[in-house]
Amino acid sequence: MNRTTEKGVEILFFCSAFISALLTLALFGFMLMLGLPLFAEGRFFSILTQPWAPHLGQFGIHPMIAGTLAISLLSMVFAFPLSLGCAILITVTSKGWVSRLLRKAVEMMTGIPTVIYGFVGIFLLVPLVREFFDAGSGMCVLTASLMLTLLVSPTMILFFCDSFERVPVAYGTAVLAVGGSEMQRFLHVTLPHSWPGILIGFTLSLGRALGDTLIALMIAGNAVQAPGSLLDSARTLTAHIALVFAADFESLEFKAIFACGIVLYLLTTLLVMAVRLLSGRKERWTR
Amino acid sequence: MRVLEQAVVHFSRLCGIILLGAVLTVIGYLFVHGWSSLGLSLIFGATPPLDALLMKRHVFNGLFPAVAGTLSLVALAICWAVPMGMAAGIYLAEYAGPKIKAILNLFFDIMAGLPSIVVGLFGFAVAVFLNRRFSGAIHPCLLISSMALAFLVLPYITRTTQMALEGLPLSARMTALSLGASRLQNIVRVLVPQSLSGIVSGIILAIGRCAEDTAVIMLTGVVASTGVPRSLLSHYEALPFYIYYISAQYTNSEELASGYGAAIILLCICLVLFLLAFAIRKRISYHALYRA
Repeated sequence: MNRTTEKGVEILFFCSAFISALLTLALFGFMLMLGLPLFAEGRFFSILTQPWAPHLGQFGIHPMIAGTLAISLLSMVFAFPLSLGCAILITVTSKGWVSRLLRKAVEMMTGIPTVIYGFVGIFLLVPLVREFFDAGSGMCVLTASLMLTLLVSPTMILFFCDSFERVPVAYGTAVLAVGGSEMQRFLHVTLPHSWPGILIGFTLSLGRALGDTLIALMIAGNAVQAPGSLLDSARTLTAHIALVFAADFESLEFKAIFACGIVLYLLTTLLVMAVRLLSGRKERWTR
Repeated sequence: MRVLEQAVVHFSRLCGIILLGAVLTVIGYLFVHGWSSLGLSLIFGATPPLDALLMKRHVFNGLFPAVAGTLSLVALAICWAVPMGMAAGIYLAEYAGPKIKAILNLFFDIMAGLPSIVVGLFGFAVAVFLNRRFSGAIHPCLLISSMALAFLVLPYITRTTQMALEGLPLSARMTALSLGASRLQNIVRVLVPQSLSGIVSGIILAIGRCAEDTAVIMLTGVVASTGVPRSLLSHYEALPFYIYYISAQYTNSEELASGYGAAIILLCICLVLFLLAFAIRKRISYHALYRA
């Protein structure tokens, strides 16, 4: 291969990387462009705070932002302790093949399609919640966040396990040498040293919970209201995009879904930035 | 102190039981309700399978169009994403200087974190844009969907390629170079073949993501019933969308049963792909897979 091919291929590789990265910006640009009428006369800010009332000419997405936050934060409330417990089970409490089997099972869980959780949610969890809490249709914030917990936990567990295992062995050996137990080593050495990894796992899972569409769309009920209780029906930003989508695309009603897209883009980008900051800190920490 | 330690042990066991119990319930529930619907007639309806496969006759009451739609969608998306993703991964691992690398990494991180519905909205916006600017014949279709899906999985393929290459030991990196190979020869003949298991497992996982994703295709041209996709610019059916559609719109128990059947098929496809990726590489990089 001569020099020209070498250079040509390098340029080809560079273009691929560069164009891919540019697509990320192009996506944002497209949404700004199509949602442009929203930004006229400082309307964007009011869209974030107003309610959704198309018949009154109000296309605010405040209820959807509230719904997204309620469902994803509640699912983190369930998923965080659950994942921490499971990660402790895999790395500390269980040994040998049990631990390996559990880990494999959790890894397999990351491959279960979202739509399956939604589907089973409709036919299994929704009736249960309805009977148990005697709550309307059973499609509510609680139902959706319970299913979402199952979706986000596996990856959170794997991140936690990883950050436990990254703590240098020598630190823990000291505890064992002075007669401490495995659990004491974990509680007093491993856990305090792995908090950056735990935060990273948490943040990434929150991003995933914010961005999931199908579970909320299928089992949260999709009522346009800021949920007042766990048993209220709610609509997330993602579900809103999927639902309003069918409408006429010149209308302001339709333009508002680009506001949802922009808010989702900014939220997930913010979380990615947080993770990058944390990983930078983590590297310093372990060095 | 003893009490706390004991409590943590019990708590961890309880968490394990809850998680495994919940997942086994989900999978068990599907199989209990969908087992009876599994069979050739679930896919081909009343049409003889061979006729359906040879496109001689249309399949009604069967999942064949949805399966065909999903397969063509995945194949197309992977066709777009693999060359681009691998090239970008190779650039990041082998050519990029530290500054450019940091900037590109940031963009790929953001890309990997984007919710799939936002990617779908982008695909739709592009379709609308092309429709207005160039030709009224362009509307949300198989081509647009597959490109949007390619965008969705591009960061996985880039990341797994990059990580596989960066993970190679220095000795593997230097041998061919010291024998006089050029940089490109070294990459094509030595580095990529050496890290192939990592790259391929990433591609398999990307296939799984393409097969299961519903949010992207919902906005970019999937419909509930249209038959086998006829061209790149036509509407199509897909398994995950069928499952979603049935859960909301089923009219009789037969349709519902086929929904369960479709869910089992999709679950099996995704789990088999996962096992395959495992078999190729012991520990997969779920870091690259992190997205909704």
